[in-house]
Amino acid sequence: MGTRFDIACGRLPEAVLDLNFADAHPGLSNEQAALEADRCFYCYDAPCVEACPTDIDIPRFIKAIASDNLAGASKTILQSNILGGSCARVCPTEILCEQKCVHTAIEANHAVRIGALQRFATDWQMNQTTHPFQRAQSTGRRVAIVGAGPAGLACAHRLAMHGHDVTIFDRHEAPGGLNQYGVAAYKLADNFAQKEIDFLMSIGGIQFQGGAVLGQTITLADLRQSYHAVFLGIGLSGVRALGFENEGVEGVLDAVAFIEALRSSTLSEVPVGRRVVVIGGGNTAVDAAVQAKRLGAEEITLVYRRGPEHMSATSVEREWAQTNGVTVRFWASPHHLLTDQDAVQGICFSRGTPEGGYDPQDSFTLEADMVLKAIGQVFVPDPIQKDQILVENGRIVVDAHGRTSMPGVYAGGDCTAGEDLTVAAVRDGRDAAEAIHAELMASSVEKDANNG
Amino acid sequence: MADLRTVFAGIKSPNPFWLASAPPTDKEYNVRRAFQAGWGGVVWKTLGEDPPVVNLSSRYGALGFEGRRLIGLNNIELISDRPLATNIAEIKRVKREFPDRAVIVSLMVPCEEDKWKAILPIVEETGADGIELNFGCPHGMSERNMGAAVGQVPEYVEMVTRWCKQNTRMPVIVKLTPNVTNILMPARAARAGGADAVSLINTIQSVIGVDLDAMAPMPVVGGKGTHGGYCGPAVKPIALRMIGEIARDPTMAGIPISGIGGISNWRDSAEFLAMGAGSLQVCTAAMHYGFRIVEDMIDGLSNWMDGKGYERLDDVTGRAVSQFVPWNQLNMKFRTIADIDQDACVGCGLCHIACEDTSHQAISKRNGPDRRHYEVIEDECVGCNLCAHVCPVDDCITMVPQPVDGELTWPEHPSNPHRITA
Repeated sequence: MGTRFDIACGRLPEAVLDLNFADAHPGLSNEQAALEADRCFYCYDAPCVEACPTDIDIPRFIKAIASDNLAGASKTILQSNILGGSCARVCPTEILCEQKCVHTAIEANHAVRIGALQRFATDWQMNQTTHPFQRAQSTGRRVAIVGAGPAGLACAHRLAMHGHDVTIFDRHEAPGGLNQYGVAAYKLADNFAQKEIDFLMSIGGIQFQGGAVLGQTITLADLRQSYHAVFLGIGLSGVRALGFENEGVEGVLDAVAFIEALRSSTLSEVPVGRRVVVIGGGNTAVDAAVQAKRLGAEEITLVYRRGPEHMSATSVEREWAQTNGVTVRFWASPHHLLTDQDAVQGICFSRGTPEGGYDPQDSFTLEADMVLKAIGQVFVPDPIQKDQILVENGRIVVDAHGRTSMPGVYAGGDCTAGEDLTVAAVRDGRDAAEAIHAELMASSVEKDANNG
Repeated sequence: MADLRTVFAGIKSPNPFWLASAPPTDKEYNVRRAFQAGWGGVVWKTLGEDPPVVNLSSRYGALGFEGRRLIGLNNIELISDRPLATNIAEIKRVKREFPDRAVIVSLMVPCEEDKWKAILPIVEETGADGIELNFGCPHGMSERNMGAAVGQVPEYVEMVTRWCKQNTRMPVIVKLTPNVTNILMPARAARAGGADAVSLINTIQSVIGVDLDAMAPMPVVGGKGTHGGYCGPAVKPIALRMIGEIARDPTMAGIPISGIGGISNWRDSAEFLAMGAGSLQVCTAAMHYGFRIVEDMIDGLSNWMDGKGYERLDDVTGRAVSQFVPWNQLNMKFRTIADIDQDACVGCGLCHIACEDTSHQAISKRNGPDRRHYEVIEDECVGCNLCAHVCPVDDCITMVPQPVDGELTWPEHPSNPHRITA
């Protein structure tokens, strides 16, 4: 191909990078929030609530914003969803609450901006020095949580609120999980993930232990010994591979790793290719593509093997990519990588159709200095292999209360079945916390009865 | 094109839209702009004796509701605070320059015949078309035994009206205060005193709100507040009722009524006309949006009249009055039932919860696959209209009149222990 391999840091001046990674959708002003809140019909048995995995009482909090009761608005949100601030920023509201807003029945795409209003209310809370919830008297019960992502954090907060002592273990140095390491930086700008965790932890009774790797530095068996209950919010630690022999060449990266590096480093020190090809059709693909562009990549192509309607990224996400200078191509499946001296030079795709599959004879090649793979994340059961917890279809099996097949062990979030959404993880963590609380309280009552 | 030319108590104007006596008509500058914008007339802000009154800062308080500003406005301003001679000179100039417009001068002097005798010739000399007696101002001036203090005592209303009629050739319009138990008492007194017309309503005594930081009624003046006079869209229903009462009262028959009270658009205007008004006075709407609002009032009223086949204002004035009856005369056999247009329904549930919690449990709820489904339980529906009013979608819920079998009013109703038996 003759083109030189070109991956570099600092393609843009720092001031430009700062702008590119600033808040993608700044919060509403007081006036905007008041106008938007007044649009809400205050529906009875509102469809938006049903569409929210955490069942936030949306009409109630919007009414509270309209009446300038921001303490009430934020508490209404946070009592259902303690990560309501980050959910307000990262939720695909267009397929959740806002999709069901009755305003869309009057005019398509004119839902009340529920996410923006939620952010307005929770931002108010974040600027207070108080915590809206009080920790109950200590129960003396200890719960271990593995994974400091949204599921683990939500579980921890609810347990701490009920008076239990919680320790969260995570392989990373900082808590937050995908909020800290996996979401596009401009969605949670100004260090919001960390600020939200500080707020969440301020209830007390929660300890964080970083650098703890399940199956290596800690084991489930030990945790079960030392704690009264365990919650697993260990997410999806594996990524799918393209399956090419030469996939290990320089310039071919997992999008997840690319984003994690970006979120953990100074922007001017994140290497990015001049020409980047992202493979995949989900939010990770979009986040990787747009962030690569905003780091200064010249040409970004997102290639998805099927059509727009099949993408797991929403249409809003897809348009976000397209309006950010990402070329999106459909119906193309990676065929082989072009390499030179152990570095990627391009990637060849077979064209496909809904009816006929992919035709290796009908192909095209995209030159690339960097190929980011975002073709799916998978649950890796190795850390709990020995523990004989039931895993089906690649996810930990849990009942409606988050109970795994192993007594005293609960799980939730992406490592269990269901939508892989932050907001769903929060619900799982919260609900498992309630189930753990009920179990721990029942056992303490039994013990008290036996002692008496 | 409907003919909007107005002759009211002998006063001519090219359309029925007059600016009410208020801040917008305090000066030549404003009135000139108003006439240039198309207003048919003005009632000049109330003149009093010299030395002029002194006004306060601030002067207004406003009521908003769910994002709409100024659905009600309250003021604690007094009458014109400019010297009489200044106002008189300006009135004279404006009237000369706009001879086709109605210029009416609002007046308020103490309740002594000599005072009225003194001011009337001065006003008459301006060439003004008429006077309006301000018997309505409910704040400040009433504490000095003027304004509403006069308007609330029918004997005074009659007496002062008579003084004016005896001392001027100008038509006399008596502006009535709504701060009375029965509007007919001062209205009849005005007629007895020889009034050529009445105008109503003046503002309603009100405390518009409380500043919860200052812990004082609004508007807060140096840490304290006072009651003011309330006007704007929210007072329209009160005005319509009082106008209708006068219009249907046999002793008031034929007296011209200038309608005032929250008129904001052509539809309000048409409603005031229908309830008996022969001219219309506007203030809050102009204070909210400026004089240009008259354009749509003129245009909209004219278009509506064309659509209905009404050629002149007289065709509209009083047209609803004979249908404005005491409750006793309503047909108890009439019934409407709510009907929900399921295609228009957005599933907000407001009709259901309003009916369920506060009415007759006549709207059922079912959660369908795509949306909630609400249906009227016809046997339970009393036709109260509440669901139609709370529904956010225009024409989604309609009240369907049912076949009526004859007429039965309360005086004849079997359940009435005092019923009239044949």
